[in-house]
Amino acid sequence: MNRLPTNRWLHGFAVLTALATFVLLGAGGLVTSKGVGMAVPDWPNTYGYNMFLFPVSQWIGGIFYEHSHRLIGAGVGLLTAVLAAWLWTRETTGRSRWLGIGGIALTLVLMSARLMPVYLALATGAVVVIVLTLRRFVKRPDELRWLGLTALAAVILQGVLGGLRVVWIQDELGIVHATLAQLFFVLVCVLALFTSRWWRETVNRSAAEPEDAKPVAQRPFSPEPARLTTHKLALAVTLLILGQLILGATMRHQHAGLAIPDFPLAYGRLWPAMDAESVARYNQQRIEVLAHNPITAFQIALQMAHRLVALAILVGVAAVAWRAKRFGRGDGDRVGAVLRRLAWGWLSLIVAQVALGAWTIWSNKAADVATAHVLVGALSLVAGALWCVIGLRCRGWAAEAAWCGALKFPHRQSGFAGERSAGMISGVAG
Amino acid sequence: MKTGIGFWATAIALAMTSAVRAGNITGTVKLTGTPPPEKVITPLIEDATCGKLVKGKPTTQFYVVGPNQELADVVVMLKGISGKSTGASAPPAELDQVGCIYTPSILAIQTGQKLIVKNSDPVLHNVSTVPTKNPPDNKAQLPGGPDLTFTFAKPENFLKFKCDVHPWMFAWVTVVDHPWFAVTDKNGKFTIKDVPPGKYTITALHRKAAPEGVDKEIEVKDGDVTVDFTLEVK
Repeated sequence: MNRLPTNRWLHGFAVLTALATFVLLGAGGLVTSKGVGMAVPDWPNTYGYNMFLFPVSQWIGGIFYEHSHRLIGAGVGLLTAVLAAWLWTRETTGRSRWLGIGGIALTLVLMSARLMPVYLALATGAVVVIVLTLRRFVKRPDELRWLGLTALAAVILQGVLGGLRVVWIQDELGIVHATLAQLFFVLVCVLALFTSRWWRETVNRSAAEPEDAKPVAQRPFSPEPARLTTHKLALAVTLLILGQLILGATMRHQHAGLAIPDFPLAYGRLWPAMDAESVARYNQQRIEVLAHNPITAFQIALQMAHRLVALAILVGVAAVAWRAKRFGRGDGDRVGAVLRRLAWGWLSLIVAQVALGAWTIWSNKAADVATAHVLVGALSLVAGALWCVIGLRCRGWAAEAAWCGALKFPHRQSGFAGERSAGMISGVAG
Repeated sequence: MKTGIGFWATAIALAMTSAVRAGNITGTVKLTGTPPPEKVITPLIEDATCGKLVKGKPTTQFYVVGPNQELADVVVMLKGISGKSTGASAPPAELDQVGCIYTPSILAIQTGQKLIVKNSDPVLHNVSTVPTKNPPDNKAQLPGGPDLTFTFAKPENFLKFKCDVHPWMFAWVTVVDHPWFAVTDKNGKFTIKDVPPGKYTITALHRKAAPEGVDKEIEVKDGDVTVDFTLEVK
């Protein structure tokens, strides 16, 4: 097992990257909420300028939001590159170290070339790197440098996707761009967690050592099936949230405004009519100030699905919080106590998210409210992901290929089979 | 002698045909029902640059209705005719940006006809098209910059033009594959000129009241034909 000491500066930098990503999400959300995604028709230039030299005097109207989004994106890209290089430097020596640093530096140089073929090649390469580094990380979960490279590849892919969405004028790419943004945010938050002292000294260690040798506080949770069910439920709800965010991104990138203008009813009914005549009537009565497209039955169905999934998520997270209320109540289970608090925090976010969803409709999709809805959605996904990572000891995915091994072997022996296996393998590695 | 009779008979027949060829279709479009109230374009008023270019409180212009329910901005055209475009030789149509609003907001052109987009504002705009059948486009237009030219190869109704710098700016251009169309004026009136004789389906399209069109069957013979439409807001 990799026993490198924690580095508070590295952790702080990872947290900074996560915070910057959160700001970037907000900027991107505002761009879509205000309908100004195409305000700068060219990319990687801005109205013919190098984007870093575009005169501030011309940051008018929608350009301000789109151009700011690009600049913040570049900043997050740079932070991610530094984070990846830092992780690489920390975990390697000699030739391997310099090869890695050289590769990252070369990537940055290529990014600054501002040539479309280069960007397309980098994006293609990024997909390959994401797959390879994730596989490597699953096999060697203590080597965070692989996850750092995943993050760097993801941010490059994300940047190129955003640019291609503009120059290819493809709304579908906007949906992919929005989804990858959420996943990237989860990734940097997980990196921030993995570089924390708490993770290294509590959760990580508890999964790596024989249980008898651990202090009580560092032993894994009780392995009873009821607790395992909670972990499975949390994982299912987190995946549901991801699906919900994709639904939301699809709705937003239809550029049709509100497909249903009222809440909690829908066109005054529990379930709205979606026949052609009714949809035509809805469109007749819509007066759009912004350049929205007419609504379709598909968009109405999307919003109804979004509402129903929101209800399922609310119930699911409430169930997780309820089931987790006894976690960490005894036996010095510090991880359980964190999970219990995180579950209630998660539930609070979901409640806030539902309220923001309603407010988005009542405000006729005001840009600031809709963007807050996007941001709290992102936080909800991160909360769920972190809950799963901590709860399922996903760091213990060193259990050969058995990700979160506890899911596969719930009743074996007296503890998490995955953890035991992980501990053994990590012990060998260490 | 027989040749002479045949010549004159043919000449007279051609003359008669050409005499009935140039029919005009005229009419009025009215609206029934109560349209929803237009909205004040608040983002325009609040915009630091564009707000200075407008007076009062500009509103959306979806339902431009006269005192007797005459409806403006209705595209009236013959339906089911293709491949008759004279757009390549037709004079260019114009779309201007004045006070950060597209003028006109409803326009009809032929396939292959040039559409000149002007920028009369002292403000940068981008002109972005959102078609369903033609390729999309997005061009920057600096204040005082040259006019932009667009042409569309395929017919489609209500092709959206928008400015993303100022997202309240939009116009709808209907592209027709023949020259027999018109847009109603503020009195709800239209005239389609030089329609060849024959039976036609004529349709009236309104962005809100009839986006799919309301059809009528007509026959153009000699002289003008009058056809009126009544569109309904439900």
